Order: sequence, then C-alpha cells, then structure tokens
Amino acid sequence: MMASSYSTKEEDGHQSGAPGPGGGVNAKSRKPDNTAFKQQRLPAWQPILTAGTVLPAFFIIGLLFIPIGIGLYVTSNNIKEYEIDYTGVDMSSPCFNCSQNYSWNSTKPCRCSVSFSLDQPFESNVFMYYGLSNYYQNHRRYVKSRDDSQLNGNLNALKDPSKECEPYRMNDGLPIAPCGAIANSLFNDTLELYYNDPNGTKTLIKLVKTGIAWWTDKHVKFRNPVGDGSNLSAVFQGTTKPVNWQKYVYQLDSDPDNNGFINEDLIVWMRTAALPTFRKLYRIIEKQGDATPTLPRGNYTLLVTYNYPVRSFEGRKRMILSTISWMGGKNPFLGIAYITVGSVCFFLGVVLLIIHHKYGSRSNNADISS
Amino acid sequence: MDFSALRNLISRYCTGEENWVDSRTVYIGHREPPPGTEAYIPQRFPDNRIVSSKYTFWNFVPKNLFEQFRRVANFYFLIIFLVQLIIDTPTSPVTSGLPLFFVITVTAIKQGYEDWLRHKADNAVNQCPVHIIQHGKVVRKQSRKLRVGDVVLVKEDETFPSDLILLSTSRDDGTCFVTTASLDGESSHKTYYAVQDTKSFNTEKEVDMLRATIECEQPQPDLYKFVGRINIYQDRDEPIARPLGSENLLLRGATLKNTEFVYAVAIYTGMESKMALNYQSKSQKRSAVEKSMNAFLVVYLCILISKALINTTLKYVWQSNPNRDEPWYNGKTDHERQRHVMIRAFTDFLAFMVLFNYIIPVSMYVTVEMQKFLGSYFITWDDEMFDEELGEGALVNTSDLNEELGQVEYVFTDKTGTLTENNMEFIECCVDGHVYVPHAICNGQILSGSSGIDMIDSSPGPDGKEREELFFRALCLCHTVQVKEEETVDGIKRGIHQGKATSFYISSSPDEVALVEGMKRLGFTYLRLKDNHMEILNREDEVERFELLEVLNFDSVRRRMSVIVRSSSGHLYLFCKGADSSIFPRVISGKVDRVRARVEHNAVEGLRTLCVAYKALSQEEYHNMCQLLDSAKLALQDRDRKLAEAYDLIERDLVLLGATAVEDRLQEKAADTIESLHKAGMKVWVLTGDKMETAAATCYASKLFRRSTQILELTTKRTEEQSLHDVLFELGRTVLRQHDSLTHDTFSGLSSEFQDYGLIIDGATLSAVMKPAQDDSSGNYREIFLEICRNCSAVLCCRMAPLQKAQIVKLIKASKEHPITLAVGDGANDVSMILEAHVGIGIMGKEGRQAARNSDYAIPKFKHLKKMLLVHGHYYYIRIAELVQYFFYKNVCFIFPQFLYQFFCGFSQQPLYDTAYLTLYNISFTSLPILLYSLIEQHISMDILKRDPSLYRDIAKNCLLRWRIFIYWTFLGLFDSMVFFFGAYFLFDNTTFTSNGQLMTTNTQMIFGNWTFGTLVFTVLVFTVTLKLALDTHYWTWINHFVVWGSLLFYVVFSLLWGGVIWPFLNYQRMYYVFVQMLSSGPAWLGIGLLVIISLLPDVLKKVLCRALWPTSTERIQTKRKCLTVEQSTIFMLSQTSSSLSF
Repeated sequence: MMASSYSTKEEDGHQSGAPGPGGGVNAKSRKPDNTAFKQQRLPAWQPILTAGTVLPAFFIIGLLFIPIGIGLYVTSNNIKEYEIDYTGVDMSSPCFNCSQNYSWNSTKPCRCSVSFSLDQPFESNVFMYYGLSNYYQNHRRYVKSRDDSQLNGNLNALKDPSKECEPYRMNDGLPIAPCGAIANSLFNDTLELYYNDPNGTKTLIKLVKTGIAWWTDKHVKFRNPVGDGSNLSAVFQGTTKPVNWQKYVYQLDSDPDNNGFINEDLIVWMRTAALPTFRKLYRIIEKQGDATPTLPRGNYTLLVTYNYPVRSFEGRKRMILSTISWMGGKNPFLGIAYITVGSVCFFLGVVLLIIHHKYGSRSNNADISS
Repeated sequence: MDFSALRNLISRYCTGEENWVDSRTVYIGHREPPPGTEAYIPQRFPDNRIVSSKYTFWNFVPKNLFEQFRRVANFYFLIIFLVQLIIDTPTSPVTSGLPLFFVITVTAIKQGYEDWLRHKADNAVNQCPVHIIQHGKVVRKQSRKLRVGDVVLVKEDETFPSDLILLSTSRDDGTCFVTTASLDGESSHKTYYAVQDTKSFNTEKEVDMLRATIECEQPQPDLYKFVGRINIYQDRDEPIARPLGSENLLLRGATLKNTEFVYAVAIYTGMESKMALNYQSKSQKRSAVEKSMNAFLVVYLCILISKALINTTLKYVWQSNPNRDEPWYNGKTDHERQRHVMIRAFTDFLAFMVLFNYIIPVSMYVTVEMQKFLGSYFITWDDEMFDEELGEGALVNTSDLNEELGQVEYVFTDKTGTLTENNMEFIECCVDGHVYVPHAICNGQILSGSSGIDMIDSSPGPDGKEREELFFRALCLCHTVQVKEEETVDGIKRGIHQGKATSFYISSSPDEVALVEGMKRLGFTYLRLKDNHMEILNREDEVERFELLEVLNFDSVRRRMSVIVRSSSGHLYLFCKGADSSIFPRVISGKVDRVRARVEHNAVEGLRTLCVAYKALSQEEYHNMCQLLDSAKLALQDRDRKLAEAYDLIERDLVLLGATAVEDRLQEKAADTIESLHKAGMKVWVLTGDKMETAAATCYASKLFRRSTQILELTTKRTEEQSLHDVLFELGRTVLRQHDSLTHDTFSGLSSEFQDYGLIIDGATLSAVMKPAQDDSSGNYREIFLEICRNCSAVLCCRMAPLQKAQIVKLIKASKEHPITLAVGDGANDVSMILEAHVGIGIMGKEGRQAARNSDYAIPKFKHLKKMLLVHGHYYYIRIAELVQYFFYKNVCFIFPQFLYQFFCGFSQQPLYDTAYLTLYNISFTSLPILLYSLIEQHISMDILKRDPSLYRDIAKNCLLRWRIFIYWTFLGLFDSMVFFFGAYFLFDNTTFTSNGQLMTTNTQMIFGNWTFGTLVFTVLVFTVTLKLALDTHYWTWINHFVVWGSLLFYVVFSLLWGGVIWPFLNYQRMYYVFVQMLSSGPAWLGIGLLVIISLLPDVLKKVLCRALWPTSTERIQTKRKCLTVEQSTIFMLSQTSSSLSF
C-alpha cells in the first residue's frame, strides 16, 4: 500500500488508500517491499528490566536457593570422610624413614604402617582415594606428554610413539610403552587397609580395584594393541617399560581385563588433574551385607608400600576414605554458596521492593507531568 | 620506455615552461600538419582500454593477500599465527589460523567475485565496436584499440567511447544532445556544440580532409571543466585557432540523443578519460565509534602485553627453584635445557601472548563490518523514506557511518532545493516600480493579497510602455532555457501549448524556467533558438527574432548572467540578469531606489529576487567586447580568471530595468523536521547563497527562527557602521552574559525563561572573520565567533560561496569540542561541504545528482532527515555501541580465566579450554546472537523515537562508549570471569567433584581432570555471556529467540558430538566423553546454574537500580510505554469482550 499508510491511524489509512491506485501504478519496482522485517516492524516481545519485573525473580531465586542450599549442606555434612597424610615429613611420622632414603632402583620395597581410628562407622560403599599436593599434573609440558593413539592400541604408534612424549619416548633404542611423562610418573604406592579388631586380630579389608575409571575410557579410549596371540607380553614385544617403572606394562595386573593399557590404575592416573592439589580414586570398599557397616568404627592400620617420592618438590601424599551421596563427595562449598546467593537475592528483593514503592510511583508521576 | 616519452618527461622537468607541460597536442586523424608550422612531436597516450579491475588472474593471490594483510587487524592475526607455527605454543596454530583463513578466504572470494564482474564489464566495454574514420572510410574496431587523434563516428543512442571533441553533427546548427545520466545522474538533455569551422562536414571524406591539431590541457577529473584550442590548417595559410570549452567536449559514458550521428575526435582515452579519473574513490571517513573502538583496542592490547609480561616474570620467579622448574616426573628434553635463558623467556612471552591473544578477536572486525554492511540495508529498505514522485528511496553510498547518524550535533543545510522545493513559481515583476502580477491577466481573476497595483491600471506612459516591453524581452532573451518538443523528458518540465506538439522548457536552473514561463503569462512567449536566432512571440502574436551573439554564462561567484543580442532592426543590446547585490553596483541609471525598495520587500516575504538591467551597445563597443571575450576564451592558462575579468569589464554601466520575484515553496514538513532536530539537541545552520532577507524569511517559515528568537546580525551592513572588532565583541558580550545568567538560573529553576539566539552572518563578514591573523587582535575573531555560534541555537549564513560552506563546516569541526557535523544539500555547490562534514547527505533534487553522488547517504526529501537521524541513527548507534562493548566484555570473560589458571598450573601456558572451544567461541558459539542484536535491536519503538526527538540527546557525545561505561563493562567481565574460575575452583578443590562413571548406575564415582574443569568453566561462560545479551535485548522477535536459544543448543550439541567420537584425525582424544561425564554429575548442574546466576546478578541489579533511582529519559519512556501498553491491551480486551457480547 501507500508508503505512509501504516504510520497513520487505520481509518486514515483507508482514506489515503482510496486514491492510492494511481500512485501505486507510478511506483517503480525500486520501491522497497513493505515486509515487516525490512521495515523493522517484526512483532516482538519487549521486556524491560524494572524493579517491578525483577522482584518476583529475586524472591523466587531466594526461596528456591535457600532450601536447595540447606539440602546440599546437610547432605554434604552427612558424608563421612577421613583423610590421613602419610608423607612422612615429621621425624615422628611412621613413614619418615621411607621418605628419606629413597631411590628408584632399590629392589627392596620400603614399607610403613600408619594407624588411625574412625569415630563413626562408614555405611554403604566407601571410596578410597590417594591425594597428592603441590603436584603439577596440569603443567603444559606434562599434560601433552602422552600418545593417545598408542594408548588406543594403534600398533604404529606403539612402535613409533608421538614426538610429544619426549623425553620419555625412547629408551635404549626401544620405544617406551606407554610413552610420555604422565605414564612414566604413574603413582605406584601400594595401600593396604587393615581393620584392628578389638580382640587384637588384624583383618585385611578387601579393596576392589576395578570400576574406578570412566567406563568409556576403559572400553573405548584405552585399548590394548591386538597382536598375534592373546599373550600381552608378545604384543608388547619390541617395546620397553617407562624409565621409572619397575615392571612392564603387561605386568601391571594378573587379571587380563585389567592389564596393559586398560589397567584402571593407569587410566585413572592418565586423566590429568585440574589443580596442583588433587585426589584420585584408588580402590572401592564394597558393602558386604546389610547387617554390618562397611567400615565399622574402631582402629585401622594403613600399610603403605612407599615407592613414590614427593619430598623433592615439597609434595604431600594422603589417603582418603569417603562415602558418597547423590551429589557426589563431601562438598560444603556448593551448599554454602546456594544458601548465600539465596539469602542475598531475598535481601535484594526486599530492598528492591522498598525502592519500587518509593521511587516507582515518583518516576511515573514525573512521566505524566513531562 | 619510449624515447619520445622520455624526452617528454625530461622536457617537463627541464624547460620549466608551464604552458607546455600542462597541455597536450592531438593531431586529428594522425595527420601531420603542413610542414614548417610546428614541429611534429608524436606523443604517446594510453590506449582506450578501461581497467577498473584491480587484479589479473596471475597477481590475484599475492596482491589480494598483500592488500588484506595491510589492514592492521589481519596483520596482527597473521603474526600470531606465525608465532604459533614457529615456536612451541600452548594452542595449536589451527585456533588462530582457521578463523584467519576463514576471514581471508571469504574476503578474497568476495573481492575476487567483484573483480571478476569488473573484468566482465571491462571486457564488454573494451570490446564493443566503435566506428573510426580511416582514409575516408568507416572502419569497425574494438573500443580498446581506439587511439588519441582517431576520428570517431557515433550514432544516436550510442555511448561515447572516450572523451571526444565534437567536430560536426547531423544537425545543421552543429549541436547535439547528450544525456550524462551514467556520469552524474542528470537525465536531462544537454546541448553540445561542434567547432564552428568544422560543423559543416557531413561525410567521411570531408572529415578525412581536415588537417588540424588540438591543444588541450592534460586530463583532469573535473567533469565540467575543459580548456583547449583547435588549430585548423587550410591550405598554407596561418592556422585558424578556435577556443574549445566543456561545451565541445563529449564525455566518455555519456549517450548521444536526438542526433543522428556525430563526428568527433578522441582526445582523452582509456584511463585518462574524465569518467575513469572519477572512478577514484573518495577519502575514507571514520566514525566516532570506530575511533573509540580503536582506543579500546589499544587498551586491550596493553592489557594483553602486560598480562603476558606479568606471567612471564612470575614464571621465572616461580621456577627459580629447580624442583619446580623440572621435577622428576616432568623432565625436559635436552634441547630445551640447552636453550639460552633469554631465548626461553622470549618464547615464553610469545607463548603467553598467543594464549591470551583471543582477547582481541578476529571476529569482532568481521562482525562490525557485517553489521554495518547488512544494517545499512534497513535504510534503503525503508518505506517511509521512499518518495513516490521520484520513484526512489534512500541510498547508502557508504555503510561505515551508520552509527554516526546518531551522533550529529551540528546540521548544516542548504536552503534552495533542500529546505525548499526548488520548484519555482513566478510571482511578480516590477518594472521601474510598477508591479505586475501575471495571474491577474492570465486567469482574469484578481488575486487577493497581491500588492495593490494592477497591471492594466498602472499602465505608464508611452515611455514606460517601451521600458516595460524591453524588460519583458530582456527576460525572454537573457537565459539558457531550451525548448523540448517531446512527450517525456526527465528533469524540469512545464508544458506550453502552442496548438501543435507539447513543448517543455528545460534548464539547469528552475528560476529561469519560472521566469520564462512567467513572461509567457505576461504575453511574451519564448519559442525557440533557431540558427542562433531567438524567437519570441509578442503580445500581438508576431514573431520577433533576435540574433544571439554572446552568452556570458551564469556562475555562482559573479551571480549574474548576460546575453548580447542583435534585434531585427540591427540594434545591439546587452541584457544582464542577476542577484541585486551584483547588479546594483553596476547600474548607472534607472529607478534604483524604487526597485530596491520592492526587492527588499519581496525578499522579506521569502521570495527569490533577480534584477534585470540592460545596455544598448554601439557596433564599436560590441566589437571591443568580442575581442575581449575571444582572447579570454582562447587562453589555455587561467582561462576562468581571464574570462571573469572580461565579464567584469563588459557588464558595467548598465541601466536598471526592474526586478522579478519568484517563490520557492518550503518542502513538505521542513519546519517539522527542523523543529525535531532542534529538540533533539542539534544546532541547525542554514548555509545559502541567497540574499539575507530571503533566507531569513525562509528560516522563519521553517521555524529555524521563532518569534521569540533574538536575532544577532553580523552582516556587512553592520560592520560598515562599526568595526568588525566592536560588533563581534558586543555580540560576544550579549551572548555570554546570557550564558552566565543561565548557569545561575538553572539552580533557581528559571531556566525556561532563557532567551535563545539566532545569528545571521553573511559571506563577506565571514571571510573577514576567518581571515588569518594579521595582528594579535584579529586572531581572536575566530574564537569569539565560535563562542557566539556555540550559544546560538540557529545560525543563518547567507551569501555564501560554495567553498565558504566547506570552510564553515571545517571551522566547527575543528572547534574544541570536536562536534560531529552533518551537511545536507542538493546541488553541486553543496558538494564541498558534504565532503567536508563528518556525514554528508545528498538530496536527490532537481539540480542534478552531484550532491547525491558525492554524499555518504542520499535521501529524496529533506523531511526524511528526521527519520534518518532520529530513528535509524539512534538505532545504529545503540546497536553498535552494545556490539563493541559486548565484544570486549565477552572476550574478557573468555580469556581472564585462562590468565587465572596460569597461577595454578605453574605458569606453564596450559590452556584452560580445548582447542575446539578456543577456536569456535568467537566464531560460532557467541557470534550470532550479538550480530542479530546489532541488526534488529530496538530499545524503544520507532514511533516514539520519532514523536519524542529529545531522546536523541540521551545518546549524544558518544555517551554509550565513554570510558566510564567501557570500564564498567570490563570490570563486569573481570567479575564474571572470577566467578567462573573460582566457582569451578572451589567445586574442584579440596572436595570430590565427581561423577558416576557408568551412566544410570550410582555405584562408582570418578575424578574429573583438567579438561572437565575447563569445560565446566566454558559452559558457564557460554551460558552467562549469551544470557547477558538476552537480558540486554529489548526487542525479542522470533529470530532472536531462534538465534539465542539456538546457539546455546548448538553449543550443547556440538560438545556432545565433539566428545562423543574418537576423532581419527586428531592426535589427542582429551575431550572424549568429558562433556557427557560432566553433565552426568549432579553438582555440575547445580554449579552451572549457580555460577550463571551469580554472574548475571550484579548487572541486573545495576540496571534495575539505575532505572529506579536515576532513570534516563529513554528509560522513563520505556517504563511509561509499558504501562500504556498494558492499559491498551486491557482496553482492547474489554472492547473485545464488549463487542463479543453485543453480537
């Protein structure tokens, strides 16, 4: 229709439209289309953030977040966690000796045992972690020092690992399997847990070592190379072990489903941690029956085969026992944050309400007068 | 290089004889002149090939790459890319190479395609056939083979293949008609003249006989200037020299009309033709937004460098402990160990630069350019700026300045054709003080309001009768109007019915058409120009014939024109017509006072006045004049100046006949537009060549001056009485006193009482003010003048020469606030000011299209300026301001967590995010929502912006890109990135942030690694940044919903896909299942939600509080409108229900 029709009222549009055809004939094809998009008149929702509109949102957030936060906080507090540092920095600590005279090549393993007691019984499944501090697994040189295709079972990569693995790529002219700094520094302390019965006997607690890695890692991302025979040692023929390892990769475990590259301890270690203080899942203590707690309260002994040196870079080693809930491990931060944000929102809601009442009417009046 | 060319070159520098240097000699038909006349120096000229293309097939790749990398941004990214290739950097070269490659390729394809089109067009032009006369025969040749000196035959409706000198035409009088529509858009037919001595040549043979040379200036781009001389050798006599002017020069690109054929000789070919010389693009204007953007970029570059420096320093401090530098589990290669520490430090610095380089993203440039390019379509599409009469809408010649339209502080407008219709109506004439009104006779009606004296009553005595008829004849003869006997002619058309065919008067000046038509209504009809004789039909229906001897054309400096004619009785007359100021000083007799009084009266009414004078010439006088003119016309150098001098000598000692008055109506809604611009806080200056009274009347009519406005005059009349110095100081005092009291009044609330000032200044006074300082005191004039102007809401500058218009604009541009100026005009005389101002707007008017061609934007009518500035300008500004700020914000959010992460990974340049995320963040995850926002955001509806011009003040002075706001956005970005990073940090640190390894089963839990950490931060980042934009969006169309939610969805789908497959072409699989594992963990969901809300909270709070406590007028309107729409919808619903009830 006519160019000016929509800016006028509808009745006017009709009037001006009546003599319109004459003008319409003259109009050339250069006349722009009168589509809503081209005229920037698309129908639109036009929200405005005012105190009035935001108020309900603030109250809703407040009312929603505080209960969630309390729930999270309570859940987190119900999780039982026990942490013990066995680095052996102090003279008095049982692992002091092991931590002092250490060498990679020593054939005789150094053992030390640490006693501790649990005040409360740990119900349901208990997860056992090792924790390291001041350990930069996220260092760039370290993170990239791996060959994912080698770990995926690629035979070419097995014999000719990626350049990224330097300087842990070749040893004595043989390719290292698995190559790289990450694999080379695999955590190799052995932790065993004993329950000290009040009657004096020590019971070894059964630690499950499978099911600790991501299912996809274990079954897709990490693959053993497929050779002629089923024998892993034959497949790894022509490769050598990482410099700091005491055994070959095909000797990591007796279970063929947990050996070689698909060894779960290796897989867990290969997932580099985000921060210099981290913990990694070591073992799972499964619940035996309904009657008894997984870990009853009482005294325990942690038997450490101390292989992993951390003193040189002022690192620490810890053992952590923890139960879990629907939201994972012990995590007071999330609960506290939710409660804080919820209350802040609620408070702001109240403030805004006051402002809205005081100034909202004033600005409206000003509008009318202007 | 040819030897003669070399010699030519040497002679240019050695002889120092300027005449030789600046002219060329063309031998017509390449025939040497008779020996002995002049040395035959063959000169080399380029062939007639037009090359508008930039590249050839071979040099496209290197030249295009060179062109592209000359841009600083592209070069910066190239450097980053090369650094990544050369040294061991944290991110793969793909992350910066891919976007750069993408940008470069897209640009190259676009430019290549455009160039291919140009090649095609060039080929079509270069290969089209031309007819060349060789040895008396017509030969067909390809256009590109045409050489200077060739004689060309051009037929009707053909385009001239090069710049040609017209030798002869099929018409007896040696004229031809030409339309230059493709050159300057003027579709009216223009008349060109053949050389007098050759115009009789009608066959190829005759033309071939011609022996002549043409001396002319070297090519220059001005389409309307040409000086030359043709020397015709006949037998062995001295050559006959004839002047050549632009009326003899047929321009390449123009088309021959209404003429069967012409013979012409090529003088400028190929790239030397005036059309090709005009291809050169105009100088680039840069908008204020772009300047702030560049300033921000420099800040970010400093931030980038300081970040890299800080991290490098800290890295070496931290690494001073060898166990940290190289712990046993993380050994270096021998190669790394051996490198010198300085080299290592330098590589580390570069690596940090690379890691943080995304803070200045490639995509910002691309997005800004796309926004400008695509956004400008909304102007061309605008239906409201389409003019039915012209059949044209607004034109965008450059999209670089869209946002500048929202920043205008000073509007400089032309009067005639811009504020007014330039559609002239003859109102009255006054002969010796007797007033004649044509309507009284024509329609037999007595017009009310016309000033008393009726023509018939006032018939003076026989002497007066004679003067009266002389006056009418003068007006019928003293013009350059052509008569067209055609049905449709574009341009200015007026039908005159003579019984037979309809004819039109055509002229480049609408005033002349109005005058000739007015004369027709008073009984004297100009019929035609035939064989150099002008024919007039007088009152007794007799045809009078006058031989037209000379035309002294109009120019804007002289402001008058003259003709010399010989009547059938043999008397010689000079008729002169021009502005009163240029006629009165040259008049020696006549009733000057009475005419002057009438002229002034009419001027106050807002009419355009012209005075007419004549002089009877004796044969002798005429002879002298001819000599004077001929010598001036033949001059090759300074012809214009010499002509002006000659004209000055000729046009003097005149006898005043009378004056005319022509009305130029105001354009539709001009007053409304000016009022809106005033309300929007813009200062409107009218710059016109018209006389003061006329211009002032127009200003009152267009509400530039209101009744309450106190007018300050700074005119020659006043400066004659007092010295300029005193006047300036007095005015300055008046204005400043007001200004001071105003600042006091604002506190006492009396500000509404303040007086607004209007200033009127004329050209002569202005040049006195602008004159460079002679002594100490005059240096201040400029300052005082500026001070006065700054306090005036409206300024009228009359009697301005075109160049003075540009001077004024420049003066204001350079004043200490550096305001943004806009110039709007329609004629060739406005081009200089259009080019000078920050934004130049051309009106597609009646005086040709030169202004529109040279402008940045062209609009059909002055009233469209309102929508252009208040709506489009406003929108473009807020859109691009948000675009710029948001881009910096989102990249701070993006990169700052990486910076923080360095403190937790031993400053090892470990990237936080995966390569794919680094690459795609700016390209795809967050690019479309902001692009769409910057295209279609409307914070207030169009109608309100138009209705309430004062909203324009809210965005004045580039206020959305002030440093304060920039810093706010940067700090918001810093805050958000802290929230992302430390939020994720606390979720990971000291607690087990874990997930179930096997989906759907809850019996195991795993630990997340660094890639999950990065993905968590990145997810929060993408959501926050997108939602932040969503909160800023005030205009949610379905496209917005689609793009905002679509890009979030795309991010999720991409992440699932990216982590869902073992990609065989990658040598790492670090992202495998990371995203899914993260989402399978409850705390991740809770954490993402929490962090997004915390990040958005301060901004929402700030917005709400500012709106409630210190609302801007924009915000008030928004709130108010919201209330209104609610009310309206309620009313609508009520009416709906009531109507439904009634049925």
